[in-house]
Amino acid sequence: MAELTKELSQMAHPNEQASQADVAATPPVDAPEPEPGTPTVIVDDLHIVYRVYGAASAAEKGNAANALMRIVRRQGRPQMKEVHAVKGVTFVARHGDAVGIIGRNGSGKSTLLRAIAGLLPPHKGSVYTDGQPSLLGVNAALMKELTGERNVVLGCYAMGMTPAQVRERYDEIVEFSGIGEFVQFPMSTYSSGMGARLRFAIASAKAHNVLLIDEALATGDRDFKRKSQERIQQMRDEAGTVFLVAHNLDVIEETCNRVIWLHKGQIKMDGDPATVLAAYNS
Amino acid sequence: MSQPESAVADSRAGDRAGGSSPSGKESLSALAERHGLRRAIARPSLPVYLRQLWDRRHFVLTYATSRNVSRYSDSALGQLWQVLTPLLNAGVYYLMFGLIMGQKKDITNYTAFLITGVFVYSYTQRSVTGGAKSISGNLSLIRALHFPRAALPLAYTIQEFQQLAISMGVLAVIVLVTGESLTWLWLLIPLALLLQTIFNIGISLLLARVGAFVRDMNQLLPFILRTWLYTSGVFFSIPARMKDAPDWARTLLEFNPPSVFIDLIRHLLLNTYPEDLRRQGFPHSSLPQLWLYAGFWAAAALAGGFLYFWRAEERYGRG
Repeated sequence: MAELTKELSQMAHPNEQASQADVAATPPVDAPEPEPGTPTVIVDDLHIVYRVYGAASAAEKGNAANALMRIVRRQGRPQMKEVHAVKGVTFVARHGDAVGIIGRNGSGKSTLLRAIAGLLPPHKGSVYTDGQPSLLGVNAALMKELTGERNVVLGCYAMGMTPAQVRERYDEIVEFSGIGEFVQFPMSTYSSGMGARLRFAIASAKAHNVLLIDEALATGDRDFKRKSQERIQQMRDEAGTVFLVAHNLDVIEETCNRVIWLHKGQIKMDGDPATVLAAYNS
Repeated sequence: MSQPESAVADSRAGDRAGGSSPSGKESLSALAERHGLRRAIARPSLPVYLRQLWDRRHFVLTYATSRNVSRYSDSALGQLWQVLTPLLNAGVYYLMFGLIMGQKKDITNYTAFLITGVFVYSYTQRSVTGGAKSISGNLSLIRALHFPRAALPLAYTIQEFQQLAISMGVLAVIVLVTGESLTWLWLLIPLALLLQTIFNIGISLLLARVGAFVRDMNQLLPFILRTWLYTSGVFFSIPARMKDAPDWARTLLEFNPPSVFIDLIRHLLLNTYPEDLRRQGFPHSSLPQLWLYAGFWAAAALAGGFLYFWRAEERYGRG
């Protein structure tokens, strides 16, 4: 069955063959490399429910008397809203897949990625993965008051690197980010483009089995965009499976061999990029 | 082109249908099992969890240091505030309780007595406050990266420990300036602080889980901590105050963890303090008893806090 899927996916995407040929040309690093077509991520009837605090509606705008009345009447806290972000999503992603996830704002794309990464517990259903999928993004671990230098180290440790790996990768990260001497200044002094470049450089410094990318490409100037797309391509070749969330549909079309269209937390369409993007755009 | 595309779609539709498909295909969970895929969310066993935490020690240390550095980074004096803050704190408390309220009759060296109490208590207090916010205030980090969540409350306590190390340096100077002498007992102070640190880690793990799911905790905590402050003998000597109270009440106050650590460090740091206790002759816990209490609290808090925190590991980040 794996063979069949591989064949089919190659038929559907002739340009895939080129990149696979490239990979085949390089000598294999690890002997037990899983062949394309074996499942790496299985999402089985996944539901994700978020709790959101501080989202009181206009009618019940908080004053103390209202809050007291609610407690007296034993009503739940209105500030706490449950958001059913993903409602029963099921799919199987395979080795060698680059899956684009599209949909409008709030359709559950980022939530789905986080669930695959094992960062959000499922309300119902389950996610099975091969190894530990990683979300490309360390923004949350960085501190803008600190210098770029310190943030590179902090970010690398946050992603689970060892001191030796950090030393080894440090120069490469700084060089790739292209921020030059600004690495010695606090990140709060950076322009938004510089900050984004450094964050991407840190985040992409680690190799991943299953890679999840959430809107990482729409940053920086044209030159950096090109560099980062090359880096993504390289990571894709190294990783078994890549998931990519982007609003920029060109990026999806260039990078992915499969697209999942999410609408209000459910899969509206799942198939090859040309078909799904055509339907999404119409 | 169109034919293979629909074929792909069909083969995937087959996957989607899972076990319920009439063609007798295996269910998705069986497929996952056959290829050795595991659930993305599963709480690791305790030994595995401890090892993961150990693997993240560099992150914990760097995160703690980074938070300390960034705390004062926008002030003109910068890192000097790490020393100035405890110094000014000591000054304010001395002005308030030493000079204005004048409670000096029980204690020979009230300045050193008071400032020791304040520094030791605030170490626990800040670990508790930090721990309670460590999960609820870092949801974006938790939702972005994978690491054992206990790393966060741990980092907050270590951050406070770094702060305390500076405070203790300031305290040593104050103590010597106010006429105490350097004794061999000072060598035991690191051990006492280690026990307090273990206790603080345990209790901040406990509060981290409570704070993650009970949002009102952060509002309530300042009141609890202030009550704790007043019952922990920071400003007064418990044996002198409780001289007319029943013995169990005094023991209860002295068994209270912050009192234990404060009293322990006062015994080690100040040579006038044990003398005061002897001279007054009120019943009080002995030094070996205090070590015992401290060891008990450290072990109980760490074991209890860690287990309690770990049991909710997979639920942090849901909100």
